[in-house]
Amino acid sequence: MGGYGDVKLLNDDGSRLDGRSIDESRPVEIKAGVIPAADGSAWVRHGLNEVVCAVYGPMEAHPRKIQLQDQAVIDVRYNMAPFSTSDRIRPGFNRRSREISKVTAEAFASTVMVERYPRSKIRIEIEILSAEAGTRCAGLTAASVALADAGIPMRGMIVGVASGKVEDTVVLDLDKAEDNYGQADLPMGIMPTTGEIAFMQMDGDLSMEELQQAMDYNFAAAAEMHDIMEAALRARYEGGDE
Amino acid sequence: MKGNQKGAEPRLVIPGEVISDHANLNPGCGIIKSTDGHIATRLGTLNNNEGTLHVQPINATYMPRSGDLVIGYVEAVLSNLWFLDVAGPFNALLPMSLAPWKVEFGDARNHMDVGEAVLARAQEVDESHSVVCTMKGVGLRKISEGRIVSIPVQQIPNLRGENGATIQSIKEASDCRIIVAENGRVWIDGDTAGIRMAVQAINVITMTGHRSGLESRLTACLAGGEV
Repeated sequence: MGGYGDVKLLNDDGSRLDGRSIDESRPVEIKAGVIPAADGSAWVRHGLNEVVCAVYGPMEAHPRKIQLQDQAVIDVRYNMAPFSTSDRIRPGFNRRSREISKVTAEAFASTVMVERYPRSKIRIEIEILSAEAGTRCAGLTAASVALADAGIPMRGMIVGVASGKVEDTVVLDLDKAEDNYGQADLPMGIMPTTGEIAFMQMDGDLSMEELQQAMDYNFAAAAEMHDIMEAALRARYEGGDE
Repeated sequence: MKGNQKGAEPRLVIPGEVISDHANLNPGCGIIKSTDGHIATRLGTLNNNEGTLHVQPINATYMPRSGDLVIGYVEAVLSNLWFLDVAGPFNALLPMSLAPWKVEFGDARNHMDVGEAVLARAQEVDESHSVVCTMKGVGLRKISEGRIVSIPVQQIPNLRGENGATIQSIKEASDCRIIVAENGRVWIDGDTAGIRMAVQAINVITMTGHRSGLESRLTACLAGGEV
């Protein structure tokens, strides 16, 4: 999010370098139930991002000191595969993955009905197989579908979407170049059925008007993506996907 | 859930889906009430059970309830109790006082060791899901023969069928003794060919129980044909 002024990110006709319009999302593809050994799972391809998520539980929370007597603990592990980017990533946790794991867990703690499972743990494993930009949003989306697939009760499904600013223009769903050289990034976790925001971060600077515009883009994109998530779940159980 | 549906055909709902066409019904399992109407909280089939709307989940973890017949594996042994894996979030306790034998303190391992299977009943389940099991009761025992297979708990009604018709047909076709525990474990005892047939039938239910036409697939399976 350097905001490099000399990097051209919009074409002269106002379209983006990959040909999308400013309020157009990258193509999204979702499949539910891709890991038989997990209680619930999902695969998401969002642009060049590819994410697999597995959900296990509710199970007994270990070690015992993390148990909450009146609700379940959501334990998220976000991890980027070493081969997910052009430069190899050192395997294992790092500061960024810890941060994303933490904020993702907090987002789901607001929508999963954790009070149903005291002393338990719901484990969400998010594995980034291929990263372009917006992996935390793709991870949120995949985790929502996997949680639903696992039969975990939730108030709604969270959709991960992002908008940002490039060349003083608010655009939806930043790709890698826009993420690296743009001026701002606003990833959000939205529950389209209730209109609630479960997760929101911002990197860079946006004016109030730009923030409102970015949020409007995000809400519209979340509604569209929610339909794709719903279709993926219906295809698994109604479409005879055996 | 079959047999008590009234009104519209059951349909698949997803978490967060607003159910606007049943506003006059009471919210049941898997449904919360909001200002917008009823909201589904689980992925499953929407059912109307005599005025109460509820979601029959497609996937669900077994949550023990008092009185459930369970098949558990001994996971740990202390001097005076066993810990049983009953396929729920927590291990169940089986104290020596609720075992069918007279057990001396410190002698529990000689009666039942880690890895052995038991047919037990959940006697107490508290609000934090702690479970105490008992083996005192008719038919409750250590399982020392036959085979135990697993089936998703939400498929148990499909395995039993209307008034136990499906499980009865599997028993007759395979000539096996079969006990279906509430925690999704099924004990099968008989000759090798019979056990194989019963396991195949259970696999058909596990894999395709959520789709229509299960009865014909099961009939084909039990007749030894292609499924």
